[in-house]
Amino acid sequence: MSAASVPPHSSSPDGDVSHKSVLEAPDIRRALSRIAHEILERTKGGRDLVLLGIPTRGVTLAERLARRIEEVEGHPVPYGSLDVTMYRDDLRMRPARALGRTELPPGGVDGRVVVLIDDVLFSGRTVRAALDALNDLGRPQAVQLAILVDRGHRELPIRADYVGKNLPTSAKETVRVLVEEVDGRDAVVLEAAE
Amino acid sequence: MKHHLISAGDLTRDDALLILDTAEELAAVADRPIKKLPTLRGRTVVNLFFEDSTRTRISFEAAAKRLSADVINFSAKGSSVSKGESLKDTALTLEAMGADGVVIRHSASGAPQRLANWVRGSVVNAGDGTHEHPTQALLDAYTMRRRLGDLDGRRITIVGDILHSRVARSNMLLLKTLGAEVTLVAPPTLFPVAVGSWPCEVSYDFDTVLPKSDVVMMLRVQQERMNAAYFPTVREYSRRYGLDARRMAMLPQHAVVMHPGPMNRGVEIAAEVADSPRSTIVEQVANGVTVRMAVLYLLLGGSEPAIGTTRTDGE
Repeated sequence: MSAASVPPHSSSPDGDVSHKSVLEAPDIRRALSRIAHEILERTKGGRDLVLLGIPTRGVTLAERLARRIEEVEGHPVPYGSLDVTMYRDDLRMRPARALGRTELPPGGVDGRVVVLIDDVLFSGRTVRAALDALNDLGRPQAVQLAILVDRGHRELPIRADYVGKNLPTSAKETVRVLVEEVDGRDAVVLEAAE
Repeated sequence: MKHHLISAGDLTRDDALLILDTAEELAAVADRPIKKLPTLRGRTVVNLFFEDSTRTRISFEAAAKRLSADVINFSAKGSSVSKGESLKDTALTLEAMGADGVVIRHSASGAPQRLANWVRGSVVNAGDGTHEHPTQALLDAYTMRRRLGDLDGRRITIVGDILHSRVARSNMLLLKTLGAEVTLVAPPTLFPVAVGSWPCEVSYDFDTVLPKSDVVMMLRVQQERMNAAYFPTVREYSRRYGLDARRMAMLPQHAVVMHPGPMNRGVEIAAEVADSPRSTIVEQVANGVTVRMAVLYLLLGGSEPAIGTTRTDGE
């Protein structure tokens, strides 16, 4: 969820913000291909695999990873989405927000290796919420985490198993992941408030 | 700032759609092994019922519990109210107990509005006199939307005791906001005097309205409010305004039949109609919990309510 990676005081108007594209479409494609291979390697062919994306952009990335894994391995990989809104620890700091979709593949998550997928890893709080949400949906054999951009500044003891790119940032900067399905183009943009 | 749900008319189109969309996402919770979300943990919801209504109370209770709220049920019978306590004193008691949300059902129209002035928590109107029942309207709209898709331009016919029906009033206001066209059908004695100023059509002839209805909503003949002779006999009412198999056959193929319950089979609705696949009556009950979860979440889940906050006019 890229919204989670926006620090509260970064909402300055466009004039004060410098945009820097950190990853372009081909970089993202290569990163996802590598992650797909790493997932297959770690899960020994990915037979029990379920990919769950965290809305909004995590879901798109999960779909792409599932397609990529199918191309490599020749069998389809179940994927779905996991909305964590109701499990967030900052719900009471903002007005109640609209919910995203939770949609599990038909087989559920029991006994599976679940790979959670999100666009940006920042404080780790979204992932904590996702682990709680997953707990109410079943009992996976194992849970792993795949992230397109790890920007640091963790506030919880959480780390990613698969990382597209490690991106050292200052807490004041904003990392925005754009995907074609939602935003019209693929890119990772670093916005620095001046 | 408004953080109550007193009238369906207070909801903007965006508010109403947010509630319905939220309910759509929450519906899946009912199919899970663990039918519970932690969202309202540590919040207290009081069900304050001055009028008997097991169905509505249970629905609100289930909704609050699925969101992990603590639920306190307060019914007028056998409580301090039967000893003569006023609504205000009851409200202050609730306030002292730290109620974050109060769900109120009262026989007096306007009671929830009064209560809202005395408590800090969010007030949800669960039916006040002959005034409104907004969550019923929301669950009806949700049920229609699931069966028929977008409600914009849909024709909804509400039949029966319009005069005493808070369900009809709330439905009419909400459906109007959602872009549907509402026709009210009843004998002339069961229309309120002001019905001419309502944003809807009025008809005394059920048969002519049927072929152009996407939804027919039958209202209960409220025997307990029939203290004057509004119609000659129940049989005559049933013949002119009841929905039987013959009338159901006059509806378009896709049309659905609704009833807020509890229904009088054989009076306003024939048993074969109530049990037909077109009837949404059982769905409405299940959808009630889902929609009430959405309302409680949006009112109590965040730092401030997500619905109804933009309107500061009125009341």
